[in-house]
Amino acid sequence: MAHMNPIASLEPGQDRTMILNMGPQHPSTHGVLRVILEIDGETVVRIMPDIGYLHTGIEKTCEAKFYQQVVPLTDRIDYLCPLTNNLCYVLAVEKLLGLEIPPKAQWMRVLMNELTRINSHLVWLGTHAMDIGALTVFLYCFREREDILRMFEMVSGQRMMTSYFRVGGLALEPPLGFFDYVREFANRFPAKVDEYENLLTGNPIWGMRTKGVARITAEDAIALGASGPTLRGSGVDIDLRRDMPYSGYEKFRFKVPVSQDGDVFARYICRVQELRESIGIVQQALDGMPEGPIKADAPKVVLPDREKMKTQMEALIYHFKIITEGFAVPAGEVYQAVESPRGEMGYYVVSDGTAKPYRVHMRSACLANLQLLSKMCEGRLIADVVAAIGSIDIVLGEIDR
Amino acid sequence: MPLAPAITDLEQLREHPALARLLAASVAVEGAKFDRDEMTIYVYRSSIRDACVLLRDDPGCPFNFLSDVTCVDWYPQEPRFEVVYHLLSIPKKERVRLKVRLNSGSPAVESVTPLWPAANFFEREVYDLFGVRFNGHPYLRRLLMPEDWEGHPLRKDYPVEGYR
Repeated sequence: MAHMNPIASLEPGQDRTMILNMGPQHPSTHGVLRVILEIDGETVVRIMPDIGYLHTGIEKTCEAKFYQQVVPLTDRIDYLCPLTNNLCYVLAVEKLLGLEIPPKAQWMRVLMNELTRINSHLVWLGTHAMDIGALTVFLYCFREREDILRMFEMVSGQRMMTSYFRVGGLALEPPLGFFDYVREFANRFPAKVDEYENLLTGNPIWGMRTKGVARITAEDAIALGASGPTLRGSGVDIDLRRDMPYSGYEKFRFKVPVSQDGDVFARYICRVQELRESIGIVQQALDGMPEGPIKADAPKVVLPDREKMKTQMEALIYHFKIITEGFAVPAGEVYQAVESPRGEMGYYVVSDGTAKPYRVHMRSACLANLQLLSKMCEGRLIADVVAAIGSIDIVLGEIDR
Repeated sequence: MPLAPAITDLEQLREHPALARLLAASVAVEGAKFDRDEMTIYVYRSSIRDACVLLRDDPGCPFNFLSDVTCVDWYPQEPRFEVVYHLLSIPKKERVRLKVRLNSGSPAVESVTPLWPAANFFEREVYDLFGVRFNGHPYLRRLLMPEDWEGHPLRKDYPVEGYR
């Protein structure tokens, strides 16, 4: 395999250094990331991520599907925040169509999106802490995550691959008792965040492993395309939910946590504070949830109610046409970006006027964030690489697509 | 909410800050489009790097963040490839899209990796999946597909099921 990678084929540099492979099956690489390290003793001289082990050609598959059939594919890109991906894709298609979405659907989208963010951050916090050696946090985080997965199951029938947002609205009306369940969770969750913070924030071992480790400056972070908490941890105050609002985010009040330090601890603090802000948004969404329909009034795009299909001829015809022929989308192109738990998730959808997307491209926040790794780790210890990988919160499904 | 028709007349769009900046510096602009609240500027292949430097260092509205680089294959039309750059201005919260059209011969364009290291992986991905070369890229190799893969899977003449 020497030809595959110039680092791997390097004459281990000047007698002192050696090449070490970390991954693709290493537990701390969060999936199938392979990191090639050139090390001098315990010090990293060079580092290069090698990706593509999870490439499934989703962008190519999208071109062969109807617009509505792409929604389940978007779940599978980032399996820790499926609803964020659903949202980004349907917003892009709705912008292409010029569809207006009823307020209840928008608020439900915000509600579910924030729950997804909490879900994703909980997995990140648990696995990140476990990588560094604090195993307990993982068990605590997964206890709360279980509740959120149950909410996903309540609305969509699926714990992970939700496909709950559809072009034009939502798949289903949320079931009876759903809002009470979420409210009960939202009331007790802040105390749980205190619990995690008790285990980590003041913990001297945690501090030693994270403070001053894997530093990155704001200039480097911007130049390397970082976004989300990774960028805000370096002091750049941007959050697409607040600065370029979508799906009604402008109606919600929340703070955007920013830290100036740019190290692993700063990114940790940003994400933990985001947990608190997100639960605040969930509370607001519950309090102000409007009444009304959950689907846009666009019979050629949105599937009709089952009841109507049994009684009205037109509804049956529309249903048949949408399923068999899809719906045509006016030619054009749209780049829709949303703030995913990992950063700027963008969908670039090009339509040629037919019922299948001409091109769907996903801008992956993780792919860009992964490029920070060499800036963060070179000249530092191997153990810090593990902390750095955890702190940029990567999901390989999204990187490889 | 009916769709407003796209504006493609360069004269009408002259006021847009990003376009005005490029025209003022007499960068060769091929055309522009304003559609669905999104601005697209078509730049000639030779001037993409100049255009990017100008927009990145614009004091009024610096498009300092490269969101994305990707490509669209319009096979069998010519020019066949459109390389698409999405820029974001973090201070002004504005976006602009730059496009370069390339013929099918041996498509190549100047790399913007020297301007934004972020483009490194994006351009490698485009090279891998479309076969568009980026001149001046420090490490232009396949990113997602295996090193010994033949063909470029996201081209439109590449079958969805692959070759068997």
